[in-house]
Amino acid sequence: MKPAAFSYVKPATLGDALGLLSTHTGDAQILAGGQSLVPTLNMRLSAPDLLIDINGLEELSGVKLEGNHIKIGALTRHVEIEKSSVIAEHCPLIALAMPHIAHPAIRNRGTFGGSIALADPAAELPACICALEAKIEVVGKGGERKIAAKDFFKDLYETDLKDGEIVTAVEVPVVKPKTKLAFDELSRRHGDYAMAGLAINAEMDDKKIENINICFFAISATPVLAEGAAHILNNGIVDDVSLKKAMEQLESDLDPLPDLYASRALKMHYAKELLKRNIGNWVS
Amino acid sequence: MAGSNGLSIHDRPNSYIGRSVPRPNLSRLLKGRGFYSDDVKLPRMLHVAFLRSSLAHADIIKLEIGKASAASGVVAVFTGKELSEVCSPWVGVVTHLEGMRSPPQDVLAVDRVRWQGEPVVAVVAQTRALAEDAIELIEVEYKELPLAVNMKTALDADAEVIHKDYENNLCWERNVNVGEVKSAFAEADVVIEEEFQFGRHTGVTLESRSIVADYDPGEEMLTLYQSTQAPHMKQALFAKHLKLEEHKIRIICRDVGGAFGLKAHAYGDEFATAAISKILGRPVKFVADRMESFLADIHARDHVVKGKIGVSKAGKILAIEIDDLTGIGPYSVYPRSSGMEVNQICNLTGGPYKFDNYKARGRVVFLNKPPMCQYRAVGHPIAITVTEGLVEMAASAIGMESIEMRKLNMVADDDYPNKTVSGIPVENLSHQASTDKIMEMVNYGEIRDEQKKLRKEGIYRGVGFAALIEVTNPGPAFYGVGGAPISAQDGCSIKLDAKGNLIVGTSITEQGQGAESVISQVVATAVGITPDKIKVISGDTENTPYGGGTWASRGTGIGGEAAAKAGKVIRDNILDVAGILLQNEPSTLDIQNNQVVNKLDGVERMSVAEIGRVVYYRGDTLPKDFQAEMMAVQHYFPKSFPFAFTNSVHCSHLEVDVNTGFIKLLKHWAVEDCGTVINPQNVEDQVRGGVVQGIGGALYEECIYNDQGQLLNGNLADYLVPMSAELPDIVVGHVESKTFESDLGAKGAGEAGTAGAPAAIMNALNDALIPFDVRLTRQPFTPQKVLEAIGKI
Amino acid sequence: MSKLVQVTTSVNGENVSRGVEPRTNLVDFVRYDLELTGSHVGCEHGVCGACTIRLNGNIVRGCLVLAIQADGGTVETIEGLSESGKISDLQDSFLSRNAGQCGSCTPGMLLTADALLEENKEPTRKEIREYISGNYCRCTGYEAIVDAIETTSKKRQGEG
Repeated sequence: MKPAAFSYVKPATLGDALGLLSTHTGDAQILAGGQSLVPTLNMRLSAPDLLIDINGLEELSGVKLEGNHIKIGALTRHVEIEKSSVIAEHCPLIALAMPHIAHPAIRNRGTFGGSIALADPAAELPACICALEAKIEVVGKGGERKIAAKDFFKDLYETDLKDGEIVTAVEVPVVKPKTKLAFDELSRRHGDYAMAGLAINAEMDDKKIENINICFFAISATPVLAEGAAHILNNGIVDDVSLKKAMEQLESDLDPLPDLYASRALKMHYAKELLKRNIGNWVS
Repeated sequence: MAGSNGLSIHDRPNSYIGRSVPRPNLSRLLKGRGFYSDDVKLPRMLHVAFLRSSLAHADIIKLEIGKASAASGVVAVFTGKELSEVCSPWVGVVTHLEGMRSPPQDVLAVDRVRWQGEPVVAVVAQTRALAEDAIELIEVEYKELPLAVNMKTALDADAEVIHKDYENNLCWERNVNVGEVKSAFAEADVVIEEEFQFGRHTGVTLESRSIVADYDPGEEMLTLYQSTQAPHMKQALFAKHLKLEEHKIRIICRDVGGAFGLKAHAYGDEFATAAISKILGRPVKFVADRMESFLADIHARDHVVKGKIGVSKAGKILAIEIDDLTGIGPYSVYPRSSGMEVNQICNLTGGPYKFDNYKARGRVVFLNKPPMCQYRAVGHPIAITVTEGLVEMAASAIGMESIEMRKLNMVADDDYPNKTVSGIPVENLSHQASTDKIMEMVNYGEIRDEQKKLRKEGIYRGVGFAALIEVTNPGPAFYGVGGAPISAQDGCSIKLDAKGNLIVGTSITEQGQGAESVISQVVATAVGITPDKIKVISGDTENTPYGGGTWASRGTGIGGEAAAKAGKVIRDNILDVAGILLQNEPSTLDIQNNQVVNKLDGVERMSVAEIGRVVYYRGDTLPKDFQAEMMAVQHYFPKSFPFAFTNSVHCSHLEVDVNTGFIKLLKHWAVEDCGTVINPQNVEDQVRGGVVQGIGGALYEECIYNDQGQLLNGNLADYLVPMSAELPDIVVGHVESKTFESDLGAKGAGEAGTAGAPAAIMNALNDALIPFDVRLTRQPFTPQKVLEAIGKI
Repeated sequence: MSKLVQVTTSVNGENVSRGVEPRTNLVDFVRYDLELTGSHVGCEHGVCGACTIRLNGNIVRGCLVLAIQADGGTVETIEGLSESGKISDLQDSFLSRNAGQCGSCTPGMLLTADALLEENKEPTRKEIREYISGNYCRCTGYEAIVDAIETTSKKRQGEG
């Protein structure tokens, strides 16, 4: 299908963009990578009156090491992050996730901030930033604020973004020494939306796990941190007993949503399977 | 059927038969210079888009098009009632499927909609986008009606009957009864019963259905640029329903971006487009977009089959019985009917095997779902999955290797002509040679040893086979006898120009399988002209002979033979002139590599180009009583056998991850016997492409409906088609059993890959899961089904 | 109809400037406004890859980029890549290996293969399959395409 008609503007500054956004509350949408927005326009699932193209806001693009965190500009394309040596060195969990995102032609346009702001339940990056305890920088007419990743994703395609706000950057803590990571997803075809996925970040000191974050995606409406399972594993050694307990704990931590190809039971099974596969080899 | 001088095309020197030469028309496609129907741009051309029903069964109680008509860029808006005045309704019934019924179908829905996606209103505007904008302004109100969306209950006493003139939803029933199945089952040592299910799929041609209708009021001529497979059939249908003479309709199909049977049917939206062009006297374009393709293209393969096999403990098949149920749309599709899948299933079940007792019942029921009709391998994947599933289960039950059981029951290679158990004549097949060949190709012993070893490590691999017969080269018995205006014959015209080039017109069509290449190679061989000097024209009813087109794997066998015949005539005619000019008997001369040569020593005597020059410009130098004819037309259709059956054997090797339910295809082998192979690389790639479509059905493809008849996965992210990363390399072997119905001896090869792959995969899957004592028989085999079967969830 | 926007861009080395509706996507712009019909449309939701085009040097889905977003940039289509001879060895391999049947996916496959070989000079078959996994082909079953890309990469490395 062809989209419904809209007007188009490409502001030169962030201030202009925010001004437009607040003037047109409710009828405007931000165009960044467009890889998720444009299909919804093409299917007429969405019909804004105005598209605000923020691709000209160079200041929102780029990956920078700032002390103990990496600042990823919202407009940074997936391909840049995939190829970035800064990310490879300091955010290896994100580096692991990148090749799973769709296909090269999509990654050449899609943006980091776009993925975060859309909050597709099957998306990789929201789960990664939750596991990494990242902070999301958001700017609106009222100024700037930072939101912890786990507080940002509210419900299906719903985030803490208020009217008139846009995501400008994500601050990801630099990887600590002795970090253990895992990233995995199950999809039937390469590049498809995951049927279930997992992002894990932990510190391991002399085989003891500390500060483990286990974040599932494509299980529920938002990325879900399995806090009970994390509690079982934290400050302990991963062994067959603790792994089994953690897997059972997922039945309380998670409330899977079925979809076209996976029942609730299948989603739960996949969540446990992913945990087993990815932590299983941490077993002492 | 040898040509002049008793020589066969197979005796021609410098033959292109059996050579993997590159396809002449691929070059331009690689440069992005294809010419598809959507590439057509005509002066004052308009675009049409359709309001489609959002409900599966409802009365239209309000339809206000005023606002839409007044919208920006809109030229006209038409409802079903208005278009019905210009385009008459049709009935998709073929009389040789006795008892089949279907009510008349209007071009667009009138008063009632009967499937989600049925076109209701046509909006014509300057651009497609403007037409879609106007569609949003149409005010339509429906009153929902009870539905029939489940084929298993559609014939129940309390089922909603879709067509009030009928007493139930039955479209057609066929029964076959051979021998005495009851007593055969009673005698059998082992009887296996199973139910098999197949997902409703759709073709997903990458180029969606496209048509540009250009009615010229000056010439009173309708030209249709259409992505289709059967231009002459379309010409006949448009003529009939738009009340035009056939010669006042021209169908042009140049490049077609995939068809697979989908584009051989009549669609209301395409007829509406033509009717609108006739009304407005301007070109109108319709391109189905992907979303509407899922709702409006024909679907296929929605069947549930109960199968039963009785065998002796020595492994002899004593009887097979099937009960096949299929749910089509609310109308049988025009003009080929929606009974063909059932017809093929009844005809082909048990195909490769010799046994005496066979019973089949096939029932076709109307549903409030999109219409269903022929799609690649029509009915075969179902017949073969049922047969080969039952064979492997029976073999397992009696402790016999399934390949050994097949060999025991296969019709022997020297036992021809023969008949299928359903009574259809078969000319010659090579089940034994093909089976031997596949066993040479597959490292079966190693696979079995490795399987045992890996099972101990919790890795589950399986291997499965499928043997099959496949219908190709159908004669008039397929459609013509049933009243459908579908030609079973094809023709080829060859014109020599003044420079020794050949301009060839063929009535078969090209959709990427290499039809033009086949014609070029056959003509090059038959005449002795090199392919670079041959131009093939297809897909134009004004510039090609009258014929059937390309579908049912008939292009090479039928169109190719017409080309071989025409080639012989032209060669003879050229040598008649050469004989005169060279003062030699034509029988002592030949044409090789564009030169007239001495047959005996190959010495070049004169160029064919020179012959062209003399004939066209210097006729005064030829005898007064001689007339050169440098254009030949020949036609052909097979007369002895109703179809040219081919045979294949497939083998699938796969691994099941019993923790995720994912199936990894490790490798696939297929041995194909399609008679004479014109271009081995093309045939092998046809088999590969076919196998992958079969993989689609086995593992991925299914139109998922809710109980309101609404399609839940009508887009390419949710309807899963096979993509490259999950597919194995596919090894193809050949055996050649030529048909003696033609000199070329070629049968068809386009569909057997799709026919056999799902059965081989199902058998390999069940083989892998033997330790779990489960049987999966409902396609597609999704991870959900695998894990449920083995009790993981 | 909304106000037109002016798109000024270089397409296959030629500067073009057209007024289009903002909602016009890049592949429709190229096909209808510029009449370069070599890039194809298969789904309009970014999944099939038939519309693959190069924008500012990178392959993108032509159906997911607005024409106006090409303003000030460069666009390369199959026609341009073909005429420049840049992919002639890929095209030759595809031709001799019959790696195209109906031709619908072919331009998108060639652009994707071209991008792959820029990034990875000697991809394994698995890597080739993964890279082209976002390009739908219904005809070939993909194997011939994988063969042709592999052959081209080997030839470029002097091994073929």
